[in-house]
Order: sequence, then structure tokens, then C-alpha cells
Amino acid sequence: MFNRLMNALAALVLGATAALAAKDTISLGMVLEPPNLDPTAGAAAAIDEVVYANIFEGLTRFGPDGSIRPALAESWEISGDGKVYTFTLHGGVTFHDGTPMEAADVKFSLDRARAENSTNAQKALFAGIENVEAPDPRTVRITLKNPDGSFPFKMAWGDAVILSRKTADQAATHPIGTGPFRFVQWVKGDRVEIERNPDYWGTPARLSRATFRFISDPNAAFAAVMAGDVDAFPNFPAPETLEQFKADPRFRVIVGSTEGETILSTNNKAGPLADIRVRRAIAHAINRQEIIDGAMFGYGTPIGTHFAPHNPAHVDLRALSQYDPDLSRSLLKEAGQEGLKLRLMLPPPTYARRGGEIIAAQLRAVGIETEITNLEWAQWLEQVFKGKDYDLTIVSHTEPMDIGIYARPEYYFQYDNPAFRNLMEQLDLATDPAKRAAILGAAQAMIARDYVNGYLFQLAKTGVANAQIRGLWENAPTQANDLTAVYWEE
Amino acid sequence: MTSRQKIPLQFLLGAMLFGAFALAALLSFVWVPHDVATLDIAARLAPPTSAHLLGTDHFGRDLLSMLMVGARTSIAVAVLAVGIGVLAGVPLGLWAAARRGSLIDEIIMRGNDLVFAFPSLVIAILITAVFGPSAVNAIIAIGIFNIPVFARVSRGAALSLWTREFILAARVAGKRAVRISAEHILPNIANVLIVQGTIQFSLGILAEAGLSYVGLGAQPPTPSWGRMLAEAQTMIYTAPRLAILPGLAIVLAVLGLNMMGDGLRDLLDPRLRRARK
Repeated sequence: MFNRLMNALAALVLGATAALAAKDTISLGMVLEPPNLDPTAGAAAAIDEVVYANIFEGLTRFGPDGSIRPALAESWEISGDGKVYTFTLHGGVTFHDGTPMEAADVKFSLDRARAENSTNAQKALFAGIENVEAPDPRTVRITLKNPDGSFPFKMAWGDAVILSRKTADQAATHPIGTGPFRFVQWVKGDRVEIERNPDYWGTPARLSRATFRFISDPNAAFAAVMAGDVDAFPNFPAPETLEQFKADPRFRVIVGSTEGETILSTNNKAGPLADIRVRRAIAHAINRQEIIDGAMFGYGTPIGTHFAPHNPAHVDLRALSQYDPDLSRSLLKEAGQEGLKLRLMLPPPTYARRGGEIIAAQLRAVGIETEITNLEWAQWLEQVFKGKDYDLTIVSHTEPMDIGIYARPEYYFQYDNPAFRNLMEQLDLATDPAKRAAILGAAQAMIARDYVNGYLFQLAKTGVANAQIRGLWENAPTQANDLTAVYWEE
Repeated sequence: MTSRQKIPLQFLLGAMLFGAFALAALLSFVWVPHDVATLDIAARLAPPTSAHLLGTDHFGRDLLSMLMVGARTSIAVAVLAVGIGVLAGVPLGLWAAARRGSLIDEIIMRGNDLVFAFPSLVIAILITAVFGPSAVNAIIAIGIFNIPVFARVSRGAALSLWTREFILAARVAGKRAVRISAEHILPNIANVLIVQGTIQFSLGILAEAGLSYVGLGAQPPTPSWGRMLAEAQTMIYTAPRLAILPGLAIVLAVLGLNMMGDGLRDLLDPRLRRARK
């Protein structure tokens, strides 16, 4: 009896000290709430920011440095002609509902994504697939239409994660994946909770529980971090407050790079903007450093084309659109567009709202008047992105390696250049890294010389976290809050 | 007014307070210390100096100039909104009073009740959401809610006049209701309307600041007190004056107008005057 009592006491004491020693839950702040939780059925970055690498995994995945790493596939082989990829899956992987993950699930997920009626936001990733076979539960053979050296990269996207063929339909509200965390609950308008998956096939997560809280207002976000209501805010929306967090020993400011090319998107078919001289005039009227300083308080890297500067294939083309207001004025005069009036539509993020005011002032200095309209995201998607009813807008394109969007004439820039489409087709065929880099360089130069958009800056990832949290991603090679390696330092 | 009235101190103070803002707004048409349309990013968030008396904002614009032009925006919106209320509301109220007890009186007054029953700011948000945010839509939204206020005040004041002897005399002289309303009723209710106008004016400034604060008022780059306040919020620890000064401007302008309104009521309302004596 006494022994049992002592044991119970010891257990209690041990439990209590363990709880004191290490915190193993985390609360993360996010600006936007995901519209659903199925990354294969929605374009919103917020979906991936919750589920990518936490709940769902693909055949491959992005590492924190942007490298492509094996995930559900432990290895893969490429046939001599570069057309057939044979992926070998990890053994003993189960979905959170206990069913084993097999090659048939991979076939199901990829076929579902590339189906005619698929709602996948990045169908282009799967366009090159000829067919998917599952000869045995651990082998997936994918035959491509053409050789594609970047196929493992495409399979790493959040849009290419593997869903269970039994539960894929309810992934939007109750996601069931193979990841180190499983879904607990989603309180709409407030938070999503996930917890450690005890049966995870790989290295288990160190956190036992994580909560994603949605706080869209920058002031509320600031207050929530200051009060400790959220432990980390990986994409903090108010760069002007970072100085204050830096000065506070309780917090750590994490500044890294993202794949977000922030651009002054231009409707290439809207009246005077169809004239390349007008677009060039706008490009030369923009002072990028002023925008970075004024809107982002210095966080961001100026860009000269739609390509991430940290990518090895990047070419510095900023000289093509050097700040030169005199050149701007003469170009406008040449085009007969003095006294031009344009509509500038601004979505909610700080970079757009503040950047828009600065750009409006810079354009005014060369004689272009802009009428600013502030839009909420839903209106922006409807009117600008889908309706193409706009002249100029500012938005950050955060998908990795997304220069391919310029090959889509129906995309909201309405840039229609067969030569560029040809380049993208060549890129898809090229497997040699040097050749790919050369094509990418040519593509970057083409859109820079065509002045499709005003290229502003590469969005910085400015995060704030409790100083004791370790393992958060510094950079954002894809839209994700990968919590697998996150822990509290004691 | 037979005897010389003593002007209430409250009115004087209020008039001075609001007058300062009105003067600043007028002055901003011809002169501001720095152009508010030019941004000077390099000089952003500068503390007050002799070049920038109140310092600069996050875009390097001169805060004093922003406040002056912001005063113009606030006052213009409020004036026009009160104008809508007076121009539509007073004739409606006079009409209802002239046809008191008739169907038209009922229609007008119940219509007023209907507008009154809606929460005004919600309708203002609805209007600006449907027609797009702009200063003009803010004016219309605020103006619509001024209509029933003026209609009700003028009907109430006019009703008591319709039973007075001089109106009877006018009717006996064969004057039509429209002429009586314009020539005899209106001048006699003017004092009530002026007092009400001042109060509505201060409410208009508040409403404009509120709409601008939520992004539905005057759009950038037009400076507006409400938006200045909203934009300064995240910088309240680093540059508190960015939030404090426009906030103070709103408070003082509204306070000034309210004091003016109270003072005017003491000065102009005959019933109160009699009571004081």
C-alpha cells in the first residue's frame, strides 16, 4: 500500500517537473484563415501554411533551404529516356485513420489532381503525366509525356500531396494525411488545432500540440504577440513594429527570404497599357528602394524581373528598369500619353496598401494620375484576378518558380507572347541543369524587356517568435509552417 | 431680439476652438507648410523640427500639413452632409407641418422613423460597400441620416407656429401654405435649425472619421483624420504622435462644435432665454 502511494507520488512529481521543464505546445499566428484544408483543392497560401509537411506529405518535399528531399518516396529512379519515374515508397506508412498508405493512394491522388474535373489550383504540375501505375503497394511508376528533369520538384508542392482514397472527399474540413501531426479541430474564424501523430513513420515531432490562430488585423497581431497569446507569427504583417520586437529580449525576429515576387501587376490589354512604351515609362518611374523603405521598413530585395534573387538561375535585370523619371516622361510623351489616368486596385496586405500610395506618388511625379481603390481579398479575386477589370494592382506571387504564369495569356496580366510560351515548352523538355538555367535566364530577360509588370521587390519573410522557440523555417521556399523540427529551448 | 444679449462663454470658447480648425482648413487651400502629395521616404518618422513643426509620418509627409488638409476633408464632408440634411429635411418637415394630420404628413413622418430605425453607421458602411468607398459616398451616406433629423425638428417647431395669430392673419390674407412656410414659418424656426445644424455638423465630423478609419471614407492619397489614425495604430509605440495628433484634432473639433451648439441654443432659443431671465 505504502509502495503504491509512493509510486503514485513519484509519478505526480515527475509529471509536474516534466511539465515545468519543457513546454511542448505552440500557438502560431497567421494573417489569413484558410478557406478549406485540402491543399489539392484550393489556391490559398493559408491552406499550405497549416497542412503542408504537418498533416499532408507528398512523394517529395521542400526542405527549409528549398532543396527537394524525399518524403513518402524513399527513393526514385529515372529511366534512360527520362520519361519514366519509378518511386519506391516508405514501408509502414499509415494515414491518421489507421489505414496503410499504399501505391494505390498515390495513383489515386495524382489521377484525382490531373482529372478533367479536378479543382487543383496548380494543374500545370500534373500536365506532363501520361499515366500512373501501381504495380505493387510500395512502387509507383509514373510515365511522362516528355522527359522532365524537374518532376521531383513538381511533386514537392502542397498541391501534389498524397491523400487517402477513402477520406480524400472530406479533406476540406477534416484532413487525414500521413504527416507527423494529425488534425484535431477547426474553429472557424478563430483557429485550427493539430496534435502529434504517435504512429508517424519518420522522426516524430517534438511538439505535442500546435494551434494556428488567425489574426488578420496588424494591430491585433502586434498585441497578441506582445501579450504572449501567440508564441510565433511566422509572417508578421506589421514590419514597422519589428524594431520594437528586436529590442525586446523576449522575442526573436526572424528575417528570411520568400518566393514572393512583389510586382505592380499590369493589365497588358487595358487601353494605353497595351503600349510597351507606357509600361516602360511606368517601370522607369518606380523607385524600388523607396517602396521597400516606405512600405516594408527596409525589408525586401529589389528585383528586376519575376524571379527570386536567391535562385541560382536568377539574372539581375534591374538595370533595364532603373529609376529614371526623365526617361519616363519622354517615353510618355513619345507614346502620346501625357496626362494618363489609371486605376490602381490594392488588396489588403501592407505591401500593397502602403506600396500603392508610394507608387501613386511616384507615378504622379512623371505625370500619371492614379485612382486608388482598396479592395478586400474576395473583391480583388473577383474583380481583378478573375474579372481582369483593372489597370494596375500590387500583389506578391508567393509560389516557387512561378515564371510559367507568363505563358498563360488568360492569366490576369493578359500577357500574350508566343515566343515566351515557346521558351516554357523548351524548359519543360530540358533536363540538363545548365540548359535549364539558360532558358530561365532568357525567359527572365524576355518579360523584363517586355515590361509586362513593374517588378518591385522580393518579399522578405519577417517573423516574430518567442526567443526560446527553435526550428522554425527562416526562409520560405514554399508556403509552409513546417513544425516537424520545432521545439522549445529549455 | 430687443435687448442686447450676453454672448455665452461656452459659445465663444467653442467658436474659437472650431474656428482654429476652420481657418487651418481654409488656409490649406492656398498654403500648407509642405505639399502632402509628395512623399519623402528618406525623412520618414522624423521628430518635430523647425522644418516639420509636428514631425513627419511614415511616408515622410509633414504631419501639420496632413492635419490641415485633413481638417478640410472632415469639414467639407460634414458641411455637405448637413447640407443634404437641411435641403431635403427642412422642406419635408415644413410640408408635413403644413398638412398636419393628413396622409402626406403620416407618410413623411413614418418614412423618417424608418430611416431613424436603422443603425446609421451600418447603413453608411452598406452604401460605401455597394457603391465603392469614396468621400462622395461618405457624404451621401452621412447626409441621408441627417434628413429625418431636420425634418422632425422643423416639423415640430413649425407645428406650434401654425396655431399662432400672425400665421392666422397670413392665412386670412389669402397666402398659400407654401408661401406661409417660406415667409413666416422658416424665419421663425431658423434658430432651432442653426442649433441642430451645429450638432449634426459635429456628428458628421465624427462619422467621417469613423468611416475613414475603417477605410470607407476619403481614399488615399487624400489625407483624412480617421485614416491617419488607422494607419498610425501599429506605430503607436514607436511614433505615438502619429496617432495622438489626429485623434486630438477629432476630439477638439467635435468638442468645439458641441460647445458652440450649446452656446447657440442658449443664445437663440427663445424658450430657454425666457427661462433664464
